[in-house]
Amino acid sequence: MSAVGNPLVSRGRRARRRKLTGQIMEVLATAAALLAAAALAIVIITVAKRAAPALNVDFFTQNAAPFGGAGGGIENAIVGTLIITGIATAIALPAGVLLAIFNTEFAPRRLADLISLTLNVLAGVPTIVIGVFIFALVVVGRGQSAFAGSLGLSIVMLPLVARASEEVLRLVPSHLREGGMALGATRARTVITVILPTAIGGIVTATIVAVARAAGETAPLLFTTSIFVGTAVNTDPSQAMASIPMVIFSYSESPDPHAQQQAWAAALVLVAVVLVGSIAGRLLSLRTRRQIEQVR
Amino acid sequence: MSTVSEPDRAERTEAAQPEDTTDAVLQQSQSKLGELAAQHTPVPEEQREPVLRLDGVTVSYSGAPAVCDVTMDVFRYQVTAFIGPSGCGKTTLLRSLNRMNDLITGATVDGRITYHGHDLYGSAVDPVEVRRRIGMVFQRPNPFPKSIFDNVAFGLRLHGMKDNLDERVETALSKAALWDEVKDRLNKSALALSGGQQQRLCIARALAIEPEIVLMDEPASALDPIATQRIEDLVGELKRDYTIVIVTHNMQQAARVADMTAFFSVDVKDGGHRNGVLVEYAPTADLFIRPADSRTEAYVTGRFG
Repeated sequence: MSAVGNPLVSRGRRARRRKLTGQIMEVLATAAALLAAAALAIVIITVAKRAAPALNVDFFTQNAAPFGGAGGGIENAIVGTLIITGIATAIALPAGVLLAIFNTEFAPRRLADLISLTLNVLAGVPTIVIGVFIFALVVVGRGQSAFAGSLGLSIVMLPLVARASEEVLRLVPSHLREGGMALGATRARTVITVILPTAIGGIVTATIVAVARAAGETAPLLFTTSIFVGTAVNTDPSQAMASIPMVIFSYSESPDPHAQQQAWAAALVLVAVVLVGSIAGRLLSLRTRRQIEQVR
Repeated sequence: MSTVSEPDRAERTEAAQPEDTTDAVLQQSQSKLGELAAQHTPVPEEQREPVLRLDGVTVSYSGAPAVCDVTMDVFRYQVTAFIGPSGCGKTTLLRSLNRMNDLITGATVDGRITYHGHDLYGSAVDPVEVRRRIGMVFQRPNPFPKSIFDNVAFGLRLHGMKDNLDERVETALSKAALWDEVKDRLNKSALALSGGQQQRLCIARALAIEPEIVLMDEPASALDPIATQRIEDLVGELKRDYTIVIVTHNMQQAARVADMTAFFSVDVKDGGHRNGVLVEYAPTADLFIRPADSRTEAYVTGRFG
C-alpha cells in the first residue's frame, strides 16, 4: 500500500527533523547510561586486578605486619571499621528514625519543611568539613579516638537515615493511622504499634545503605582516628583505631609494593561492602514497597 | 406511593411522553424504597432514648463551614443513616461524633454535641476515651498489617482489657459474623482476607473494645454486592447491642438498614461557598414515603438537582 494517501504517515521536513532529533536524544541518553555503568565496571575490574595478589586468608585474619614488614593482613582494620561504623550506627539510627517520625507524624508542615531542608544541606556538607568540625570539637585537647571517628560518621549517616526513613513513613497510608486512633490509640502509640512495624523494612534498608556509605568514608576518620593506631586488634573506642579507609590511604602512599597491593585489596573489600549493601538495600526496599502497596 | 406526586404524574402524562417514562421508573424505584423503608417498625417517639444530642453543630475546615447548624438526636439501639449528595458534609459530621476531626489541622466544631449529657468537646474530655466508647468503621477496610488475631486484640491490649484475650477476640469475631471463616487461621495476616472479610474484621476490631456507639462511614461502598449484603445483615443484628450511625450514598441501603434517616443537602451561599445542611430527620419510612421537605422528595425520587 502506498504511504502517500495514508493520513497516519507523517511527511515533510519538519517531520523528518523531529524524528532525527528524537533518535539523537535516544542515542545520547543511552550512551550516558552506558558510561555510568562502564565507570563502575572499570573501577571494580581495576581494583580487583590489582588486589588479587594480596588477597588470601591471611589478609583477613592477620594483623598488620609491624613496621611495614612483609606479610600480615588487615584484621585490625576490619575490626576497627566494624566498631567505628557500629557506634556511628548506634548514634545515627535512633536519631535519624526519631527525626523522621517527628517530621512525618508530629511536626507542623512548615517546621517539617525546614527540617527537611536542613537535612538536605547536612547531606551536602563535604565530609572533610565534618572531619575538621569533629576534630575541633572532640579531638583537640583529648586526642584521637575511635569514638570521635564514629561521631563524624554518624553526622554523615544521619541525613541518609532520616530522609530515607521519612520517605517510607510517608508511604504508610493515612487510613492505618486513622484506624489506630479510632480504636483510642494516641498518636505516639499508633506510631509505635502500627506505623513503625509497617515501615520497618524501609528503615532497615535505609540503615544498610547508610552503613555501607559510612564504612567507606575517609575524611571524618582522617582527623579523628588515624595516628598511633598500632598493628594489633584494638577494641577500646577511646583509643585511635585502624580502619579500612585509613589502611587504603596510608598503604597507598607507601613505597613498598606489598603495602600497595594490600591497599588495593582493602579497597576491594570496601567496594564489596558498598556494593553488597546497596544491592541488599535495593532488594529489601522493593519488598517493603510491595508490602506497603498491599496495605494501601 | 406518595400522594404528593400522584397528580403531578397525571399532568405530565399529557405534557411530555419521554419524561413520563423516566418518571414512571423513578416512581417505581421510590415505591421500592418506600416498601423497603416500611419494613421497619418505628419506635414510638416517647420510647426513643437519645444517646448523642447535637445542638446547632457546625463543623468548619480552616474557618470555612463544611456542615452547618445541625440539631438532631441519635437514639439508643437504633440505626441512624446519614444520606445526601456528595459534599453535603455527612462524613464530616460523622467524624465529629468521635472527635476524629481532631486529627485534621484547622478543623473546628461549634455548637454542642453531648454524649449522655456530657459535652463531647469539654475541656477535660480525653479524645481517647471518647473513641473507646464511640468506635468507627471506615469507608475502605483498613486492617493493620498484622495477624487477624492481633488486629482484634489491638484495642483490647491498648485499653488493658487483656483478661480472657482469646475469649474476647472470639466474641468480637463472632459478633462480626467472621469467626467461622477465620477461626482456623487467626495467626495469618489480615491482608490475606477478601475485602468484605477485611471490613468485617474492622467491625470486629471496633466491637472488641465494647463501644456503645459504632460510627460507620460508607462501610460497604468499596465492596461487591454480596459482601455489601453481609455488612447490611450484620448492621441489622448489631443494633440489638449497639447504637449505629451509618453514612451511605446508597438510598436503598439506608431504606434497608436504618430506623432513622437524616437527609443532608448542599446549600450554595452568595459568593459560591457551599456547605452542608440537615434538611430533614425522620423515621426512615416517613422520610422515604412521606418526605416533609420538597428537597428530600426530589432526592429520594432521583430528581435531585
